[in-house]
Amino acid sequence: MEDNYPIKRIIDDQGYLVDTGFEKQIDEQLVQDLYYHMLRIRTFDRKAINLQRQGRLGTYAPFEGQEAAQVGSALALKTGDWVFPTYRDHGATITFGKSMARTFLYWNGRVEGCVAPQDRNIFPPAVPIATQLPHAAGAAWAEQRRGTQNAAIAYFGDGATSEGDFHEGLNFASVFKVPVVFFNQNNRYAISVPIEKQMNSETIAQKSVAYGIPGVRIDGNDCFAVYFETKKAFDNARAGNGPTLIEAVTWRKGAHTTADDPSKYRPEKQGEDIVDPLARLELFMKNYGYWNAEWIQATKDKTSSEVDAAVEEMEKYPPPNLEDVFNHVYAEMPAQLVEQKESYLAHLGRR
Amino acid sequence: MAQIKESVTKNETTKQLTLIQAINDGMRLLLEEDDRTIILGEDIGKNGGVFRATEGLQETFGDDRVVDTPLSEAGIIGTSIGLAVNGFRPIAEIQFLGFIYPAYEQIMTHVSRIRMRSMSRFTVPMVIRAPYGAGIRAPEIHSDSTETLFTHMPGIKVVCPSNPYDAKGLLIAAMEDPDPVLVLEPMKNYRSKREEVPVGKYTVEIGKGKIVREGTDVTLIAWGAMISIAEKAAELAAQKGISCEIIDLRTLYPIDRDIIVNSVKKTTRAVIIHEAQNTGGLGNDIVSIINDTAFLYLRAPIERITGFDVPVPFFALEEHYLPTPARVVEGIEKVVHF
Repeated sequence: MEDNYPIKRIIDDQGYLVDTGFEKQIDEQLVQDLYYHMLRIRTFDRKAINLQRQGRLGTYAPFEGQEAAQVGSALALKTGDWVFPTYRDHGATITFGKSMARTFLYWNGRVEGCVAPQDRNIFPPAVPIATQLPHAAGAAWAEQRRGTQNAAIAYFGDGATSEGDFHEGLNFASVFKVPVVFFNQNNRYAISVPIEKQMNSETIAQKSVAYGIPGVRIDGNDCFAVYFETKKAFDNARAGNGPTLIEAVTWRKGAHTTADDPSKYRPEKQGEDIVDPLARLELFMKNYGYWNAEWIQATKDKTSSEVDAAVEEMEKYPPPNLEDVFNHVYAEMPAQLVEQKESYLAHLGRR
Repeated sequence: MAQIKESVTKNETTKQLTLIQAINDGMRLLLEEDDRTIILGEDIGKNGGVFRATEGLQETFGDDRVVDTPLSEAGIIGTSIGLAVNGFRPIAEIQFLGFIYPAYEQIMTHVSRIRMRSMSRFTVPMVIRAPYGAGIRAPEIHSDSTETLFTHMPGIKVVCPSNPYDAKGLLIAAMEDPDPVLVLEPMKNYRSKREEVPVGKYTVEIGKGKIVREGTDVTLIAWGAMISIAEKAAELAAQKGISCEIIDLRTLYPIDRDIIVNSVKKTTRAVIIHEAQNTGGLGNDIVSIINDTAFLYLRAPIERITGFDVPVPFFALEEHYLPTPARVVEGIEKVVHF
């Protein structure tokens, strides 16, 4: 099966084009967009871990190593598209337009962190595993019914393929031929369980056969492969040809969350041979004349100050509003809930 | 369907319908008046649903509005979430309440919570319909009455009509509600009687119970299929000189506390009847409401006549599981002669 689903690459580990068919489609704008966003979310990710260590952020799920997969796919989206992320896909949602400050807020236990800008259809991250796949199918179905050109993307990890909702999402989407891209990041571990123990299939991409839809296996650390294959899947979806399953093979460099210690379950040297996706893009830029030291420095300064500003915004954000606990459960608060709320507020008032 | 049309010509404002026909009638109206209405479920197309709730609807409105889905409850609810946040108004049919459990995660973690998690940016106004309850000699697992799994769940409303009029009115109210609503339909009552149901659109307010029999000595509180049990018990009690008031709760969340309080204050006694298991049953919430609001009016401890803490038995013994008029009468006598 691995032979049927070879890993597609556009650049190799040394940053050289292995598929020259894309050479003409790669221009400075694309290269700089990819670099800027990958650096930006990496800066965010590392800052988040630091903040957690300093007690300024709650438990955090890092995505280092998956920047190419998240940025490459998010840049393939159009404004009206729908994004159904997991809790490890904030690299993708930030790239698509979610505020970094809000994302920090999310990891600081603030519900405001779930709220995307009005002009971005970004669902709150799925915390249960694979439940977002049917949502993406449904949202895409609505777009299809309205006859728009919008599509949906569902992000999910390798562990999610073991859940029933993975099947239910792909099955519905393929039966109703809706415009959705199922974007799997196979980062090889579901917390501590390696992919070999997750499934008996050699690839995730081959599961597409069961649904009669295209399946493609790509090097998830090759930002160009991710970008162009996701774009192709979206083009296909927008053209009315239904869903695609993409398996982006990548690597979770760090822990599952800041509360996790991967040294307990991962062999010491595992992953050391994997070339970092950002380093790989840098090599490509040097190899093909896109490296501009001045622009790189300016971009580093820009992303650092953006992240610092987001931290400041998060820390200066107005304190949480207790009423929000009660206010967003129903459109109109039932009498029981009004009473519970008032009784608690009265209790606080007596203290 | 021909029979229905006939009675319409006889009387333009109402027609004689069973509960299941009233549901069908309500859904037809909702499909007619709003293009965003879409019905999803198993066997609801050509087959018209296993209980014929959607009979004729696919024929009229097309297979993209009355959609036969794959056999997948989580898929039905999960895609309904996506449709609802993106502007459609789904009615999701779960074939039997006993089969809703694969979708429980979708309902618990997303349907009921997306408003809260998105601070009202995303909402899922949708209706989930599910036949529930024992007493029709259905195969095992088809007869569950697990309403408290959902009344316990913040973010969703639960209604349970006992008759054709309320069924159509509550269904339409559920569709107009900005929040998700679970409509529990008592299978036992699907065809138990016909009554006059308005032809046009009307709603029965969610959160409001109804006094279906006035009385002075004891309040019987029930819903769904247990209303007819309560009515029979009230007749038997009347023969013994006891006057029963019956509340059809109609909405299980948010519960109409006022109707319970006012009635119990008047009668000073209460018997709660439900076919769900006793422990964790809604009867306990009703006891709490009375305790909080009418405790000093009570002349006797509140009685609960319910199913037992067992899985609903195979149908050869289901009659022993379900509350009967005789058991209810014993409860009534106990509180009256306390």
